[in-house]
Amino acid sequence: MMRASRSRGCSMDDGSSMDSQSVVIRFAGDSGDGVQLMGTQFVAAAALAGNDFATFPDFPAEIRAPAGTTFGVSAYQIHLGARPITTAGDAPHVLVAFNPAALKVNLPLLADGALIVLNIDSFTSRNLAKAGYEKDPRQSGVLDGYQIIEVDITKHTLEATAAYGLSKSDAGRCKNFWALGLVQWMFNRDSSAIESWINGKFAKDATTRDANLAALRAGHAYGETAELTAALPHVATDTAQFPPGEYRGVRGGEALALGLAAAGELADRAVVFCSYPITPASPLLHQLARYGELGVGVFQAEDEIAAVCAAIGASYGGAIGVTSSSGPGIALKTEAIGLAINAELPLVVVNSQRGGPSTGLPTKTEQSDLYLAVYGRNADAPVPVLAARSPSDCFEVAIEAVRIALRHMTPVILLTDGYLANAAEPWRLPNMDEIPRITVNKPAERKPGQDVSAVIFDRDPETLGRPWVSPGMPNLMYRIGGIEKDIRTGNISYDAQNHQAMTDMRAAKVAAVAKFIPLQKVEVGPERGSIAVVGWGSTYGAIYQAVRAIPAKERVSHIHLRHLSPLPSNLGDLLAGFDRILVPEMNMGQLATLLRDKLGVETIQFNKVTGQPFMINELVQKIRSLLTAKPAVRAVRGERA
Amino acid sequence: MSAQLQPKDFATSQEVRWCPGCGDYAVLKSVTRALADVGAVPEKTVFVSGIGCSSRFPYYVETYGFHTIHGRAPAIATGLKLANPELDVWVVTGDGDGLSIGGNHLMHALRRNVGFKILLFNNEIYGLTKGQYSPTSRPGTRSPSTPSGSFDTPASPGLFALGSGAKFIARAIDVDKNGLGSVLEAAHGFDGAAFVEIFQNCIVYNDGVFNAFTDRDKETDAQIHVKHGEPLVFGENGSKGLAFDAKTMTLRVIDAKAQPADVLVHDETNRVLAQLLLGMNAPEFPVALGVVLRQPSVAFEKTYYAHQPTQMKRTGSVAKALRQTSVWRVDEKKPAKK
Repeated sequence: MMRASRSRGCSMDDGSSMDSQSVVIRFAGDSGDGVQLMGTQFVAAAALAGNDFATFPDFPAEIRAPAGTTFGVSAYQIHLGARPITTAGDAPHVLVAFNPAALKVNLPLLADGALIVLNIDSFTSRNLAKAGYEKDPRQSGVLDGYQIIEVDITKHTLEATAAYGLSKSDAGRCKNFWALGLVQWMFNRDSSAIESWINGKFAKDATTRDANLAALRAGHAYGETAELTAALPHVATDTAQFPPGEYRGVRGGEALALGLAAAGELADRAVVFCSYPITPASPLLHQLARYGELGVGVFQAEDEIAAVCAAIGASYGGAIGVTSSSGPGIALKTEAIGLAINAELPLVVVNSQRGGPSTGLPTKTEQSDLYLAVYGRNADAPVPVLAARSPSDCFEVAIEAVRIALRHMTPVILLTDGYLANAAEPWRLPNMDEIPRITVNKPAERKPGQDVSAVIFDRDPETLGRPWVSPGMPNLMYRIGGIEKDIRTGNISYDAQNHQAMTDMRAAKVAAVAKFIPLQKVEVGPERGSIAVVGWGSTYGAIYQAVRAIPAKERVSHIHLRHLSPLPSNLGDLLAGFDRILVPEMNMGQLATLLRDKLGVETIQFNKVTGQPFMINELVQKIRSLLTAKPAVRAVRGERA
Repeated sequence: MSAQLQPKDFATSQEVRWCPGCGDYAVLKSVTRALADVGAVPEKTVFVSGIGCSSRFPYYVETYGFHTIHGRAPAIATGLKLANPELDVWVVTGDGDGLSIGGNHLMHALRRNVGFKILLFNNEIYGLTKGQYSPTSRPGTRSPSTPSGSFDTPASPGLFALGSGAKFIARAIDVDKNGLGSVLEAAHGFDGAAFVEIFQNCIVYNDGVFNAFTDRDKETDAQIHVKHGEPLVFGENGSKGLAFDAKTMTLRVIDAKAQPADVLVHDETNRVLAQLLLGMNAPEFPVALGVVLRQPSVAFEKTYYAHQPTQMKRTGSVAKALRQTSVWRVDEKKPAKK
């Protein structure tokens, strides 16, 4: 009899064991097999059942890579359970593999003793060869130690849908719902939410709707049949203890779109979102295109440069201009960002980071554009830089980015990444009435005889933001541009002292942001201790869980930065309270450089650029190895101007 | 508006910094006069430019002005029009700015038909960077970057605009204040992207490059001022005319007095005729000036707003949008479904 291991409870939420507290499930198949859909529907049902969850869609760059090949494998990983779940889990306990290639690609990821559901219909000699298996893995011994459930999913799907008169290939496409039905049974889920989704999605195509419903129910019934109950584990997961409130599931891309729309509402200005399609940033474009009623206009530009320029034009015209891209596109936008800096116009630039350089790994995640964001422009051209840490955090960070842009009249770069854009988690809905409104720098009334420049360049002494004057406002006509301008009159100025003054002003403006942002807090652990693990962006979940897994007596803390430029004003003092600073990053040490540059702090780097997020366990191992080794270098801290 | 504004009311306090004798001065004068003539409202008028000699233009007009970056003015003006479609926007560009580094944006602004005027100052040279040959320079142009003469085929601004889908194409000479004035007024009245090529003399780096048709003694035979519904005649007393040769699908010059029935009548809505007219070069043909093409048109921003049910007004609420998915409630004691 095959049962999933339930041996040990684990104090650490890396999903290293499957129990009622935490389970990691992975669906994998060809890009055309519908595993992404299967995953999102499974998550919707889990959320309604009260589980906490985190997801990780892992798909290939090709839309439909040749069927059966390893490079065409698409996967969707779900970590769900009762504990606070902050990552998609390290090693899956359950794998549903639709073909040999999906097995081949995902087998190395699995937990010891994992349960593997194989669609054996696809285990033909041809598919085995395409996956690079010389021998059938079911016979070769590579699956020893795993629990294998062989199911002819395709055959069962065709039988279940036979009554609807679909072609064989159309009927075969229902196999994701058949498999979902089976998994729903394994986790004892109510499928009514999935059924209502199918009813809505295929409302205009009764045949497809009914066939998918039949497949879903047949998969569920298959689990229930007497002869298989013994072989299939029936897993119960406890529900999570959430603070009271209203919840929904949210992907980072959705939360970011909602956050930008919310910022428009809070500032009472239209949002003009200008973008050019690029992976993995496009979900934001797609989402915002549906938010017309929220005062959002979307413009798909002819290229990346046009996108940022149109956003600047919109900001100049009094709307909140936003542009979005991924690394290669942001690189193209840099000259225009400089224009917005010079013209003192608000602009939000969203960078959904991906693996690079050049085209790199478009669908794989990386945090390697921090240098680009902080340092990557011609001349002395500072901008505030923020990063989101989780899918739901994208909402808050989007509002914060717009708030800074409008307060200081500056471009702001918001860093997210491919993982955050597509990953999902439960989200306690914010109360819009409790979020402070975003104030707009309104120009003062121009007095009779007063020169217009006295109004236009009347910068706030605290924020150094100038009034937001846009065409259409009477009596305030002025000219502005990319040429250096006189700090008072705004007229073209090549004066040496003036350029120094303007450069100083631009630096002081970005530095002034630090006066308005919260002091840096410690996420987990003491305020002073042996090791501070400092992260930024989407590594939040993994670092958080890893630090929680370390016994408190070791005095290890997690510090996670939202504001990367400027850094929170207390960060230097905070880091000085730790013997060592560990900086895990999905790049080759960009935050480490930034901390050294801005705070004179030496750190221990822990870098990974495999296109995959950090696993909790590898962070735990790293922290433990530091704890056992004697501190080689003490943290030093100096001041830099 | 109270009193009618005069051209001088559109002048700024800025010292104009073009070279003495530059054609840009004449264009500036015609533009400020056109603004006064059409009753432009200064606070609703915006000049957006890229980089180059011509792109200094916004500093010299007492309206709103944005001197942007090289080649990108059409893209910036597009965003501006989306944010505020009510604005009267003029894009000022040149042959390098508009057809070289900014060719892509110009093409897309034209095909989208965004509602602004595009004044392309064509002097067939890079002036501000000190005289390199440009994408409209004729083969053989000697310049610092082409000391033995350029050899690549130049772009034709008018044909580029036509190929990009422009619905309004007009041409004028910098110093021809009547011709330029009427073209600017026509452009101002157009609902869409109005493309105006201005033959502008660069007195320092490319002086006299248009003399073949701008010289006083040549203009009668080397220019044809086209007007919708009127015969395409030129020369002394309209003695010459343009006729269509159906066999070769080309234009030819005929004796208008001898064969008046064969003289074409200008139809500004005809794209085929526009192509033939824009393709004429001196000295074989007269250079076509005036409104060459003007087709029925609705500006991009109007269509954009028509497609946006809310026209960027906020009719919904984020609080509601947050809940447009399955939402569940967690109570004080234990989680439960909504």
